[in-house]
Amino acid sequence: MGRKLLTEHINVPGIDTFEVYRKHGGYRSVEKALKTMTPDEVVEEVKKSGLRGRGGAGFPTGMKWSFLAKPEGVPRHLVCNADESEPGTFKDRELMTKLPHLLIEGMITSSYALGANTSYIYIRGELLYVLRILERAIAEAYAKGYLGKNILGSGYDLDLHVHPGGGAYICGEETALLESLEGKRGNPRNKPPFPAVQGLYARPTVVNNVESIAAVVPIVNDGGDEYAKIGIGKSTGTKLISACGHLNKPGIYEIELGVPVEEFIYSDEYCGGIWKGRDLKAVVAGGSSVPILPKELILKTAAGENRLMTYESLSDGGFVTGTMLGSGGFIAMDETTCIVRNTWSFSRFYHHESCGQCSPCREGTGWLEKVLHRLEHGHGHMHDIDLLVSVAKQIEGNTICPLGEAAAWPVAAAVRHFRHEFEWHVTNPKEATRPGAYFSAKAALV
Amino acid sequence: MAKITFDGIEIEVPDGTTILNAARKIGGNIVPPAMCYYTPIKGTGGKCRACLVKVAAGSAKDPRPMPKLVPSCITTVQDGMVVENTTNQSVLDVRKGIVEMLLINHPLDCPVCDQAGECDLQNFAFEHGVATTRYEEERRTFEKIDIGPYIQLHMTRCILCYRCVYTADQLTERRVHGVLGRGDAAEIGTYIDNIIDQDFSGNVIDVCPVGALTDKTWRFKSRVWFTKPVNAHRDCGNPKCSGNVVLWYKGKDVLRVTARKDEYGEVKEWICNECRFEKKETADWTLEGPAHIDSSSVISANHYELPVVNPQVIADLPESSVRDLENNPPLKLGR
Repeated sequence: MGRKLLTEHINVPGIDTFEVYRKHGGYRSVEKALKTMTPDEVVEEVKKSGLRGRGGAGFPTGMKWSFLAKPEGVPRHLVCNADESEPGTFKDRELMTKLPHLLIEGMITSSYALGANTSYIYIRGELLYVLRILERAIAEAYAKGYLGKNILGSGYDLDLHVHPGGGAYICGEETALLESLEGKRGNPRNKPPFPAVQGLYARPTVVNNVESIAAVVPIVNDGGDEYAKIGIGKSTGTKLISACGHLNKPGIYEIELGVPVEEFIYSDEYCGGIWKGRDLKAVVAGGSSVPILPKELILKTAAGENRLMTYESLSDGGFVTGTMLGSGGFIAMDETTCIVRNTWSFSRFYHHESCGQCSPCREGTGWLEKVLHRLEHGHGHMHDIDLLVSVAKQIEGNTICPLGEAAAWPVAAAVRHFRHEFEWHVTNPKEATRPGAYFSAKAALV
Repeated sequence: MAKITFDGIEIEVPDGTTILNAARKIGGNIVPPAMCYYTPIKGTGGKCRACLVKVAAGSAKDPRPMPKLVPSCITTVQDGMVVENTTNQSVLDVRKGIVEMLLINHPLDCPVCDQAGECDLQNFAFEHGVATTRYEEERRTFEKIDIGPYIQLHMTRCILCYRCVYTADQLTERRVHGVLGRGDAAEIGTYIDNIIDQDFSGNVIDVCPVGALTDKTWRFKSRVWFTKPVNAHRDCGNPKCSGNVVLWYKGKDVLRVTARKDEYGEVKEWICNECRFEKKETADWTLEGPAHIDSSSVISANHYELPVVNPQVIADLPESSVRDLENNPPLKLGR
């Protein structure tokens, strides 16, 4: 059983209240940081820990913090990105629902490290009940003197606000989030300037994922070196994985990075294998935007090594034979799953969520969805399959924000690894829509 | 000052200039196309992705190439930057893709569109696009909306460049239209049909790169290439209005009034609605002389400039077609 740094006390009754949380060692990092460390020392610990952003891109958090511009007399901000809405990812919701004080503690410590006196949690609009939980917890923290003026007599002030979004996936992109937080339409900004130089209200801003901010707590408590001992290579620490799909035990697991994928899927400690005794067909390892991989490639890399749950191992082989750890939304599909239908479903999501600002994404996501809809419903042609690849390539890399790529990658990967299934949909139009039809057709052939 | 190399041509420009404006200083056909960027309006650019270029070397200090193609309209130059536009095949391929994307939901109703002949999208597609489409699905359509007494919005043609939104923001006192919805369902709208009746709202017609916003006093009066542009001015009472306009004549009638534009279709001086919509008599204006229209434009054909003739194209005609014309003159109807 791996170590649990974030979720150790998650099932303690009443852990969402200040007293119980405090009794279980809560707010130690705030005391330690504010009383014994300078802000730069906290940043240094985070750098040493090797913590990588948990929101999807995996950019080193310490490095992101050190890029923050610090002009004289200009306030800085820390914004927590709680706009988790990627299909398959639901780790932050759990963390915030059950351990709201962990996020608040992380926000205080991180804001102190960055010298921010006003910080924001931008939460997804659909999670209104979580917003209430957070607001109650924040009120408790204010009452106990952990937020507000002169925290713990250290002379450091911090105001923390929770702000709900309007329910747009695109507002999880950091610059769109900032636009939305400023009260504008949630369109991503062109970069540069990056938020670290001109972010919220044109002030230097750091935007971090909920889990990254929560991970600052154990890093400050135990020291960055201690944190870096967990994991393999540049993938340090623990990661929350939200496992869903055709698994015996779907749910949220905190794993030490470096657990083999095979163990994660099949061991009873984690997901407990595929449901109904079926075989695994494919896995989307990091939320719907990362490339899908077939069973052979998710368990072993192309070179035949065991695939591990780390940033490096999952992306081994690039996009030809690899994928990404992403945000940790682990979607497993059993052998009866229709990949075309699944890809169409993902594509429909991105079509719906494109902000419509730049032309390749606005028009391309809709185009992909329409072609996939046609293929799935038995009206496709052979040349549509190449059309999908071509359109995906026209979107990829040419958009303002990564949503274009997020829409293009799953389609390109599905065609790359499951082309035969797309072709089967074209040649068997009458069967195409029946669930599991491809699986039974293939079984009949064997 | 920063020295950059654009398509092999060196040019020195002030710091803070965008790549696109540096290229425009060189001029000619190496200038990247721009569908959403509009120099006089702040905040525009970066949306249509038509002007993507390859930065082969970031700067003299850091000569690494930029990993992705960058929008030249909002990327500022660095000293020692090397930019590839027409010399890079991948840039041209991507541009072809952008044309395709912009056209899949465009109605292609140029034969009945008032913008035809001076349409940025038409020019862009003609220069960079392909003649066929791979798009088989239904195109999105919208109802036409009258916004105010003078402007009609034909959202079906819109390419969502956001120019009109920024223009209304920066020129008029109170913007009443904006972008509603998202993705390919996004539309320019005036929410519960508020009307635009501000002094300078007519300028959104001039900045629109396509025929989405049209002048109702001009709709369906004539094709642009049958009208004659004449520079004129008047003493406009509005202090913010320059009074310098182009009158578009057909015979003795002034069919429409627009602001003066430069060679990249950008308005030089803004004009008010009174000048644009209400002063359609020659007597209202002091004429200055024929307006210069770039000779590559169809508008200049048959008028003040030489006709659009490209000697190269004629020399390259296949011999067979030349001979055919000589020996077999085209059939005449009614013979």
